[in-house]
Amino acid sequence: MASRTYYEFKPYNVGRWVVWGFYALVMLVAPLMFTSSLSMTMLTQMGIGIIACLAFNMLLGQGGMLSFGHAVYSGLGSFFAIHTLNMVSAGNLPLPVSLVPLVGGVFGLLFAALLGFVTTKKAGTPFAMITLGVGELVWAMSLMFPGFFGGEGGISGNRVTGNFAGITYGPQVQLYYLIAIYTFVCTVAMFAFTRTPLGRMLNAVRDNPERVEFIGYNTRYVRYIAFMASGFFMGISGGLSALNFEIVTAEVVSAVRSGAYLLFTFLGGAVFFFGPIIGAVLMVLALVLLSELTLAWLLYLGVVFTFMVMFAPGGISSLIMMNLRVASFGKLGPLLSSYLALGGTGATVLVGAAAMVEMTYHLQLNQALGPEMKFMGATLNAHSLDSWFGAVFVLTVGVALFEVSRRNFVAQWGQTQEEIEREIKRREALA
Amino acid sequence: MDASYFLISLLNGLSIGLLLFMLASGLTLIFSMMGVLNFAHASFYMVGAYVAYTMTQALGFWWALLLAPPLVGLMGAAFERFALRRVHKFGHVPELLITFGLSYLLLEIVQLVWGRQALNFSPPALLQGPLFTIVNLPDALSLAWGMPPEACSTVEGAQCTQFPAFRAFGMGLAVLMLVAVWLVLTRTRIGLVIQAALTHPDAVEALGHNVPRVLMLVFGGGTALAAMAGVIGGVMRVTEPSMALAVGAVVFAVIVIGGMGSLAGAFVASVGLGVIESFAVGSDRSLQDLFTFIGMTITPASFGYALWSVKISQVAAILPFLLLVLILIFRPKGLFGTREG
Repeated sequence: MASRTYYEFKPYNVGRWVVWGFYALVMLVAPLMFTSSLSMTMLTQMGIGIIACLAFNMLLGQGGMLSFGHAVYSGLGSFFAIHTLNMVSAGNLPLPVSLVPLVGGVFGLLFAALLGFVTTKKAGTPFAMITLGVGELVWAMSLMFPGFFGGEGGISGNRVTGNFAGITYGPQVQLYYLIAIYTFVCTVAMFAFTRTPLGRMLNAVRDNPERVEFIGYNTRYVRYIAFMASGFFMGISGGLSALNFEIVTAEVVSAVRSGAYLLFTFLGGAVFFFGPIIGAVLMVLALVLLSELTLAWLLYLGVVFTFMVMFAPGGISSLIMMNLRVASFGKLGPLLSSYLALGGTGATVLVGAAAMVEMTYHLQLNQALGPEMKFMGATLNAHSLDSWFGAVFVLTVGVALFEVSRRNFVAQWGQTQEEIEREIKRREALA
Repeated sequence: MDASYFLISLLNGLSIGLLLFMLASGLTLIFSMMGVLNFAHASFYMVGAYVAYTMTQALGFWWALLLAPPLVGLMGAAFERFALRRVHKFGHVPELLITFGLSYLLLEIVQLVWGRQALNFSPPALLQGPLFTIVNLPDALSLAWGMPPEACSTVEGAQCTQFPAFRAFGMGLAVLMLVAVWLVLTRTRIGLVIQAALTHPDAVEALGHNVPRVLMLVFGGGTALAAMAGVIGGVMRVTEPSMALAVGAVVFAVIVIGGMGSLAGAFVASVGLGVIESFAVGSDRSLQDLFTFIGMTITPASFGYALWSVKISQVAAILPFLLLVLILIFRPKGLFGTREG
């Protein structure tokens, strides 16, 4: 078949085996390379985040459903998992700790079945509004029933309750491998879901619901099933995070958490299956590292997100795939110098803007420390005209140079795409 | 429940409802014209309150009330022109996402400029104090304008309920605004173009009207209305960074309950929700009382005691969302909606 876009050797699809093998290998080797306790914490959180973002993308990317309250399902999964864990610790329930996340998944599924029955009655924009309302409902309820949700302090537990062949989940690395296994299995399961007839119908419901109705499918039913499947995986990720942190507070069902899933899934890219994995890695990096580095991290995140929506609505994964396409036609080389120019001028803009933002934050929040502050090794005085003038100057120069290199790049990129189109036509004519 | 409590709750509910409708009307207009749900609508409400706060410090409240809404409206129009229009070609989800991103940014910027604490945004001297006081003497009920009469403090057993003048002013302003919007929409040339563009944008464009500019105008107008609501709401309730999220979710519930794109539905839903909420806040009944009334006894040992003992005042905040869920189950197109989906 001439139209195949990937290399296939029957009976095995080698490319796919290589990619999945690499994915498993990365998860296997990562804790051996990054051994510090900070990186272990981040790796475990990445695993949890990957499941959550992929599950979120089952709705956003594959079903075109934008949920503003999806933390409800991971959060409720967390709460049920921690209560189960406490029952196990008390000896009331003979269940291995390794299976506690599944309990979270089952309850995520149950609540998705219950609440999804209402939310999936609508699609598109009304769906987004209703999920927001349901999210607020659950969030408010979590404060109303302190018996179950633990009020302000939350519910805490202890994952070290049993010993099965030396596995106690006391050391972080044991928990990491449990999470890695869950992450791998869930990723495979969610990828397999996209290949089932149901997954394909979900894509059809996203692209043309009217036509799907004509063929005789019930679009609402398709959305409902997908919503439940997504809720199940959200619940598993919630159960894993309950095991990881050993404490669950009402914050896990909040709109802030739902917003984070949405934001990073989109940044990673909703168009491709692997996009949310990138998003989840970025999420943990941002929440753990970036928030340590600067107070203004939410502002930077918002700016990046807004620009991404405006200029690259496919997220980071689509940027990667577009460049891979260019590279596969051997035309990436000439673009590299443009990328270098864009990167250099972009960094200048960033330095100028960041200096101003940091000075403003410093004035607002760290008044007590005096006007002096450190910024990238230099000492700035937030009260002096010099520092502000310098920042504005750097910013202006950066913006001007960036605009010049951007125009060059756009022209060059358009030309390259045209050449590729011509090349494709030529190959089609030959075949 | 006595008459004075009833009257005050009703008036409080109406004032909250009218405030909600000022927000919901702009949101509904924008939604029905552009198909875009402006997630940042409540953020413009917040920005309106903060901008008016700063203007009040410099120019006084009345200038702030006059200038802040158009200023925020300009910001809204600029956002529509330079960001929203750009993503229009990508479809509805990116449109929703960019307004989501904007709500994120506005929240951060507000916290950056004005700090994270609640501000003390008080009404102007003219509107401070009560408009009238309902004096409930043991033997008579009367109404006194202005400051509470002496009887409140001298007569034993007298109950006095005040109605703040600023609330009354807010209600009056809201009604005035809504009448003005209605007149603009139905009696002016631009209003007719807007109405036509709602249903037949292509035909309107073919007649030589600049539909994108009309959209920008509607978006700017809607955000200006939101900012006006913010000036009132910032004084009446509280001016703090979380005010956007608190109101935003309720406004979404309002326009789903009223029926997507229906102005009349949004009006009924917002006033209804406002009144229900204000009565619920003052009620300390619970399901437990209902069970006792029909002859069942509920003790802390009974099954589900945590649920039965929750007071209505505690659930007041989630009533909009409960109603939203109920409406979706029993009448998915909303109170006044015309189509499902």
